[in-house]
Amino acid sequence: MTSETASQLSRGAEGFGIIKAWRLGYALLYAILIAVAILQLFPLVWLLFFSLKNNQEVFQLPPLSLPMNPRWENYSKVWSAGNIDVYFLNSVWITLAATALTVVIASLVTFAITRMRWKLSSLVLGLFMVAMMIPVHSTLIPLFSMFNKASLIDNPISLILTYVAFNMPITIMILLGFYYALPKEVEEASVIDGCSVNRMFFRIVLPMTNSVLATTAIINIIYNWNEFIFVNTFISSDHYKTLTVGVQNFIGQYTTDWGAIGATLMISILPILVAFLFLSDRIVEGIAAGSVKG
Amino acid sequence: MNTVMSNKKVIALYVLPALVLILAIVYIPIILTGYYGLTKWNGIGSPVFIGFDNYGALLRDSMFWSSAWHSLLLALFSGISLVLYLAIAMVLASRIKGANLFRKIYLIPMLLSSVAIAQLWLRIYHPTNGILNSVLSSIGIDNPPAWLAEPKLVLLAIFVPILWQYAGFYILIYYAALKNIPASLEEAAKIDGANALQIAWKIKLPLAMEVVKVTIVLAVVGSLKYFDLIYVMTSGGPNGASEVMASYMYKEAFKAYDFGYGSATGFFLLVICLIATWIIRKLTASKDTIQYS
Repeated sequence: MTSETASQLSRGAEGFGIIKAWRLGYALLYAILIAVAILQLFPLVWLLFFSLKNNQEVFQLPPLSLPMNPRWENYSKVWSAGNIDVYFLNSVWITLAATALTVVIASLVTFAITRMRWKLSSLVLGLFMVAMMIPVHSTLIPLFSMFNKASLIDNPISLILTYVAFNMPITIMILLGFYYALPKEVEEASVIDGCSVNRMFFRIVLPMTNSVLATTAIINIIYNWNEFIFVNTFISSDHYKTLTVGVQNFIGQYTTDWGAIGATLMISILPILVAFLFLSDRIVEGIAAGSVKG
Repeated sequence: MNTVMSNKKVIALYVLPALVLILAIVYIPIILTGYYGLTKWNGIGSPVFIGFDNYGALLRDSMFWSSAWHSLLLALFSGISLVLYLAIAMVLASRIKGANLFRKIYLIPMLLSSVAIAQLWLRIYHPTNGILNSVLSSIGIDNPPAWLAEPKLVLLAIFVPILWQYAGFYILIYYAALKNIPASLEEAAKIDGANALQIAWKIKLPLAMEVVKVTIVLAVVGSLKYFDLIYVMTSGGPNGASEVMASYMYKEAFKAYDFGYGSATGFFLLVICLIATWIIRKLTASKDTIQYS
């Protein structure tokens, strides 16, 4: 018996009034939660609406009116006209390449730190943990001049290297707990069987970390997909820009066509929204796990 | 076993890629930022060592101090907004059906890029066609302000999308912390006659305090680093009224081509972030942690 029912029973005749008050409170709580949900979603719904209208409809109809004749041509228009297709593909491959590299390299170092024996392991771990507190902006000027000297300015390699380095600490941090919890017997058994470390890592340990790898991959993808300042600083040609910077420049040129702006913004956020629709549990888990990153 | 697991070659092979990257992309640049801050440099020629001149100039630069003040104000707003997030999380965690769905809906803005959020809110705040002012004029407020063009309002106007963007994130963290509190504690308090508010204030809040402290550090240090949203929405304007430390650094280096001065600003930002983290950790470090498991 729960305490609620117990207290309701104990109060006998007053029980009905208490239930009523309790229901009212419950309804009030729901109203608060729904109001917050509306506030969170409303700007996005409005964005979707005006992405399907032309300027006349945006400015003359009430802002919340449904797009009566949805103008999907806004989407097809901006997709190729503003180089959005190029930016989109760049975002996809740079995000995926950086994420894959981060996850593999972080797994290797986490394995070495947690499972192997060497004197400097805690010092190396400390280096990664301290790096988490360093603001990216403070590294921007030297990184620009270093990449400039190495002829990597306006080259996606500069982006991939920075994404991997800056996401490494949080990725290691999330993997760490999982690796510490791996049973030692796994290694002992494979060593006795004459397994090399490489074989043990790639064939046995890495496959065991599937679920936590997915979590780290998701937060890496979200960070990389949305990254702005490095692309804005390192990349100058349209050929290599990603969506965040591409969208910004495109809108800068066409500030008056709201339908086109709306469609461009929708295209830039849609992949993450669709992923969220299918993977929301994992994404919630990933963001919670990555919450230590300020 | 020991010989296999302490194979130096394998360790080097596994550690070096990550180690070289973090040293080359994070640590060496930080050292260089410190060094460039002591030079006069336009980014093209070679840096000329000038000692602490940049730092001296920085301390006398009223634009820099106002940008630091704006960063601090945003940090303060963010800190205060945590109370709101915690209250919502309390409601959400009070055994309500559909809590999981609400939690996910709240998180959606967090997944979007700051550029998309900034562009969307630029339309919301648009003086004539934006949804905010059309709603205001439809309820009879005739001359609603041009939010982002008013020096007195602009920081507040920028803070609203920040509030919107991070709501789901902090609610998610608080929700998890509150859900970790054993139900038996709440039930015991109820039997003793405590009402919902008393339970929230006297039991749930103290037990979630450790997490609250972590989020204070996250919110404050995070706001000291704001850049993308402000760069896109106002680029520091009008007249520097929304300039923050990171945007000021960016302007000095990449717009005014004063890399030495920009580096000094960047180094200052780093030091302030580290000091802020340290101070908040010290202030909020509890001597006795509460045991409830």
